[in-house]
Amino acid sequence: MVKARLKPGDVVDGFLIEDIAHNGGMARIWTVSRPDVDFPILMKVPVIGEGDDPAAIVGFEMEQMILPRLSGPHVPRFVANGDFATLPYIVMERLPGTSLYPLLERLPLPPEEVAAIGAKVAVALDSLHHQHVVHLDLKPSNVMFRESGEAVLIDYGLARHIHLPDLMDEQFRLPYGTAPYMAPEQVLGTRSDFRSDLFALGVMLYFFSTGERPFGDPQRLKGLKRRLWRDPLPPRARNAAIPPALQEVILRCLEVNPAWRYPSAAQLALDLQDLSAVKLTARAEKMKRDPFSVVVRRRFNPVTIETVKPRAAEAQLANAPIVAVAVDLAAGAPDLAEAMRKTVARIVENTPDARIACINVLKINRIAIDTSLDEEGRNKHVLRLVALRTWSTGLPAPGGGITFHVLEAVSPADAILEYARENHVDHIVMGARAESAMRSMLGSVSGEVAAHAPCTVTVVRSRPAAQ
Amino acid sequence: MLVAVLSDIHANREAFEAVLAAAEAAGAERFVLLGDIVGYGADPEWCAERAMALAVQGAIVLRGNHDEAVGNPSVSMNPTATLALEWTRRQLGAETRAFLAALPLEAREGDCLFVHADASAPADWNYVLDADDADRHLAACSARVSFCGHVHKPALYCTAPGGRITPFVPVAATPVPLLPQRRWLAVMGAVGQPRDGNPAAAFALYDTENAELCFLRVAYDVERAAEKIRAAGLPASLAERLARGR
Repeated sequence: MVKARLKPGDVVDGFLIEDIAHNGGMARIWTVSRPDVDFPILMKVPVIGEGDDPAAIVGFEMEQMILPRLSGPHVPRFVANGDFATLPYIVMERLPGTSLYPLLERLPLPPEEVAAIGAKVAVALDSLHHQHVVHLDLKPSNVMFRESGEAVLIDYGLARHIHLPDLMDEQFRLPYGTAPYMAPEQVLGTRSDFRSDLFALGVMLYFFSTGERPFGDPQRLKGLKRRLWRDPLPPRARNAAIPPALQEVILRCLEVNPAWRYPSAAQLALDLQDLSAVKLTARAEKMKRDPFSVVVRRRFNPVTIETVKPRAAEAQLANAPIVAVAVDLAAGAPDLAEAMRKTVARIVENTPDARIACINVLKINRIAIDTSLDEEGRNKHVLRLVALRTWSTGLPAPGGGITFHVLEAVSPADAILEYARENHVDHIVMGARAESAMRSMLGSVSGEVAAHAPCTVTVVRSRPAAQ
Repeated sequence: MLVAVLSDIHANREAFEAVLAAAEAAGAERFVLLGDIVGYGADPEWCAERAMALAVQGAIVLRGNHDEAVGNPSVSMNPTATLALEWTRRQLGAETRAFLAALPLEAREGDCLFVHADASAPADWNYVLDADDADRHLAACSARVSFCGHVHKPALYCTAPGGRITPFVPVAATPVPLLPQRRWLAVMGAVGQPRDGNPAAAFALYDTENAELCFLRVAYDVERAAEKIRAAGLPASLAERLARGR
């Protein structure tokens, strides 16, 4: 391997080396440019010397393998890989601003800010997980933001692509990760469970909202393993300003057993975007750590960790879709309502961790000053919510819970589409409006939704009686 | 260059045709057949002739244990394979028999090695079933990337100098970059008798430009291939296992 010592002004494979941006123990980062690349870029060059941690090299190989396979707004754009035989490097998009790391100077943050940051990171994780990648090193210094607001996850040196060989696995006996943020199953060596990233995000949310790390910063394996049996002090015991719903979300992320966490990052994002819809359990009200006797029992009789093998990881994720059920309460056709409920019931049966969002659009006038702000309007909204709940009676309970939303909009189709896009909905279920003069005049809402939806759409019809 | 690597065709004409068509559609410029062209299936003569034609066009065609056993009765086989082999011998013409007998056991091209079974003793027909077997294979050859078959289940092993072997079960249609600073052993699935639970014919495309290997599966007319096996009077288990992919 050629040990090139780069300096400003050098040109490597057409990239002009400009300034050193970061001089880390594992890698040097240079700002670079190339005439054909019209966005800011940087070059990451691993520091490889004798006696260096071999994991650093493998991590760099993993990043070279994974980054070119990622796309979308939540990852830095990949530009080029340098050959190990000459000079290993990765050139990628340089993001503006700083990571979340400087935030640690002003903790605790207000709960709303914590939830807002958490929601953005969860959306980014959802995008990553749908590209078959577990990050496995989520922490404040690995989260950046675009000017448009999206969170961007950086540093794929410890990541695992479920469809590619894992060079980290087998190679090293010690678990790799960043001590405060590592999920219990990761401490035990599992590198294929998407929910490990949800644990790390839970640690971030806990840290941001309390100013303390839930499991400290252990330096040895023994200390790392403590999180398998010792629960953290509940966040509200550290900061009374934290609402029960946020504590519910944080402690659910920090569950030792991955199966008790959120089944998907998208479902976690939904809860963080609207804390009022979070279903509260005993976690929300917990004010003390578990009593000594419980901890001792857990120490010698550990919590079962229901983690998944690479092959099952995607099936686990696919079992947890977000399903939006658009209910037209005005249609009043009992057969159609029944057919819709049956369809939803079948979805819950097949994907038991689904999250069901029942939505109804309350049409408002385009120009006239609407009554929605007055007493009558509020009543309308509440009545619709009540009607939605009534409509859903008898539906089987999905693992991800069921929520109700009344959207006020001029165009029902636009409102449904916007809801689906914003909430990363996987599947829309809606009824077809019956044949009528109204439909031929206004067009079909389901037709428009089906044409433009970012996901699967099921249009339900009740079969007419034979003529 | 895009190289199509096929192994264990096993006289399954339907699977062989489907794989060749898929490889050609994907733009394959070169073919490598890792052996076991005949045995088990109902179309040994057709498959051997097709392999001959490919060899004339420049394909690398290697000898597998079933190809060897056609002319060498001392190759030991299980009872079902032996029955199939006796039937196969009667189907093959003199020309194809000579072709099979003359095939090489291994071939080296650039930094790639092609062989039917474990490279440490190609004529012993040892299986590469796990990381230890892969280690033995990689220790015995110097090629950076090597390909074998014989197992009928796709797998990919890699190692860094002094490092341990990382085993991996490939995901179909996902290109894997064979990182240049590592050595790799790709075990092909079977074209004509898959045994990994997926009845679709298996093969792989290797892009020598960027060292990316893509394992692929192709659906084929399993029913027809199975029906021909039954009609030929070959053991019924050979027909049944095609539909199960086991």
